Amino acid sequence: MTARTPASGGAPIIDADGIGRTFTRSEGPLFRRRRRTVTAVRDVSFQVTAGEIVGYLGPNGAGKSTTMKMLTGILSPSAGRLRVTGLEPSRQRTRLAARMGVVFGQRTTLWWDLPLRDSLALTRHMYRVPARDHARRLAELTELLELGPFLATPVRQLSLGQRMRGDLTAALLHDPALLVLDEPTIGLDVVSKSTIREFLLRLNAERGTTILLTTHDLGDVERLCRRVIVIDHGSLAFDGDLAALRDGAPSPRTLVVDLAAPSEPIEVPGARTVRVRGTRQWLELDGNPAAVIADVSHHYAIADLTLNEPDIEDVVARLYRREGAARELSAG
Amino acid sequence: MAERTSPGPAAGGRAAWEPAVLDRRPRSVTAYPRLAWAWTRALAQYPVSLAMLTFAQACTTAVELLAVVIVFGHAGRLGGFTLDEAMLFYGLTGTAFSTAHLLIGTVDRLGEHIRRGSLDTVLIRPVSPLVQIATEEFSPRRLGRTVPSAAALGYALSVLDIAWTPERVLMVPLLIGCGALICGSLWVTAASVQFLLTDARELVSSVTNGGWALTEYPLAIYGRDVVRAVTYLVPLAFVSWQPALYILDRPDPLGMPDWLRYASPAVAAAAVAVAALVWRTGLRHYRSTGS
Ligand SMILES: Nc1ncnc2c1ncn2[C@@H]1O[C@H](COP(=O)(O)OP(=O)(O)OP(=O)(O)O)[C@@H](O)[C@H]1O
Ligand SMILES: [Mg+2]
Repeated sequence: MTARTPASGGAPIIDADGIGRTFTRSEGPLFRRRRRTVTAVRDVSFQVTAGEIVGYLGPNGAGKSTTMKMLTGILSPSAGRLRVTGLEPSRQRTRLAARMGVVFGQRTTLWWDLPLRDSLALTRHMYRVPARDHARRLAELTELLELGPFLATPVRQLSLGQRMRGDLTAALLHDPALLVLDEPTIGLDVVSKSTIREFLLRLNAERGTTILLTTHDLGDVERLCRRVIVIDHGSLAFDGDLAALRDGAPSPRTLVVDLAAPSEPIEVPGARTVRVRGTRQWLELDGNPAAVIADVSHHYAIADLTLNEPDIEDVVARLYRREGAARELSAG
Repeated sequence: MAERTSPGPAAGGRAAWEPAVLDRRPRSVTAYPRLAWAWTRALAQYPVSLAMLTFAQACTTAVELLAVVIVFGHAGRLGGFTLDEAMLFYGLTGTAFSTAHLLIGTVDRLGEHIRRGSLDTVLIRPVSPLVQIATEEFSPRRLGRTVPSAAALGYALSVLDIAWTPERVLMVPLLIGCGALICGSLWVTAASVQFLLTDARELVSSVTNGGWALTEYPLAIYGRDVVRAVTYLVPLAFVSWQPALYILDRPDPLGMPDWLRYASPAVAAAAVAVAALVWRTGLRHYRSTGS
């Protein structure tokens, strides 16, 4: 696990030190209720330096949204110490709000019944952005996110992708130094996803905006994040470069072999046949691909060959599984 | 996009993420009129529904007023008060409650915000959540109940035989203001119950509307125990009953101490403190939703 040291000079924009959050739930029938404590986040520490884009990953229920809510001051941590832009989120929430932008992909911050333009105007009053700055930034964002066609449409009538772009605009009109996104591409089509990704990259490169995002879309991660933090069941599982994540959880390459005729599973040293369907067979490689390919083509009549690199999706899935297995071991 | 000055500490020891202009402490006092105005402008696009709602609210008030007139016209006097005096009670209560309703009536939507998860989005903005919810959909239509109530009060004050000493001239607006503060505090306190029971909106409106209806009439008609309760427990007696006794210079018909009529400012301050405490406690224990 790589500990990330902050770039020289600047204090980290996010500094989480052993933060945790528990929820108590009442369960069972009325009058015989039991209180059960659920730990959503457990002893998580990480730092984010100004200017970074960091992906915050984890399976469903891992505690990603709970962490985001602690960072924004919506929830107070039940343990640990947290500073965001030097402020303590739950106590200095309103001051922090002026410095950060937040988008919850699952719900809008815009007003359902108002046209997008009016929703954004209300936001301007909340953040006390001078009218001239507002107009300039709105013009910029309108162009970059192509808001023009639906600025006058009530938010209720916007498509998901349009609404998400509206929400991003609302989060950025006050030019925050930190942008926190909880599943910003959820439910979007390929084109909308790519618009948002390119926009975020540009925002980070040109304005130096720090971005922390959660997502289940590993395309987002590959395109946007050099660094990822993975949490699972509330605990930190990995923090480091995306490349290190790939190496740390090695995932075998697969060789897909199309044979001239159906055959028994292929047996060659350095490979394991994992799947057979008609003339097509899948081999997981442990050894040198060149040697395996040479062996296979020597012993079998081959129509076609493809070598597949492990993708990040695979890597993360393996990481989650490994964490799960480790926990079962330690629990059992 | 213009480049932000280098990340990390900027010139003057200020970190680059500290906005130069925006990071003044948000002042909710100025936020209120700004947001109310922004909402009014946004909603002004629907003038027809605005007119309809204003009309509907004015009708509600007119019906209530009619009820007071009928009750008193029939009985002549009630609890020792004449119809004109009854208008004073009605006017004081109506003015106080409708002012509170105008300014913070929408806090009873708190439960809805919690259930829908939209309180999260309220909390990420740099304005007090109370101000945000109170100004939500603010529009002059809420004046629909204030205007007739104030008119009834004005009528009563002009026709009644009141000794307008300088003290009274000063005290009357003060008592009305305190009444409005007490009503507002009641509203916020009752609404805060929704931090615990998110579907308790009906409960909130029964408390506020109940208090409103109760104090439209001279409290003497409800008997001693009720008056005690609304003096010492839920201080609704300070909305119209005590102020009216003071304005009319009447001894308390139920034999409660006369100094009570001067206690309004202290009671209002206590009510505001309780409301603020309850609201903040609720907010601190807010736990958001699971998704
Ligand atoms: N308000 C709440 N009350 C009770 N339990 C909660 C609450 N919010 C979250 N939890 C619990 O905390 C755990 C973490 O939830 P969280 O929403 O942070 O997960 P997540 O990583 O965002 O998952 P997903 O990918 O599904 O969005 C879950 O077990 C969830 O049930
Ligand atoms: Mg989530």
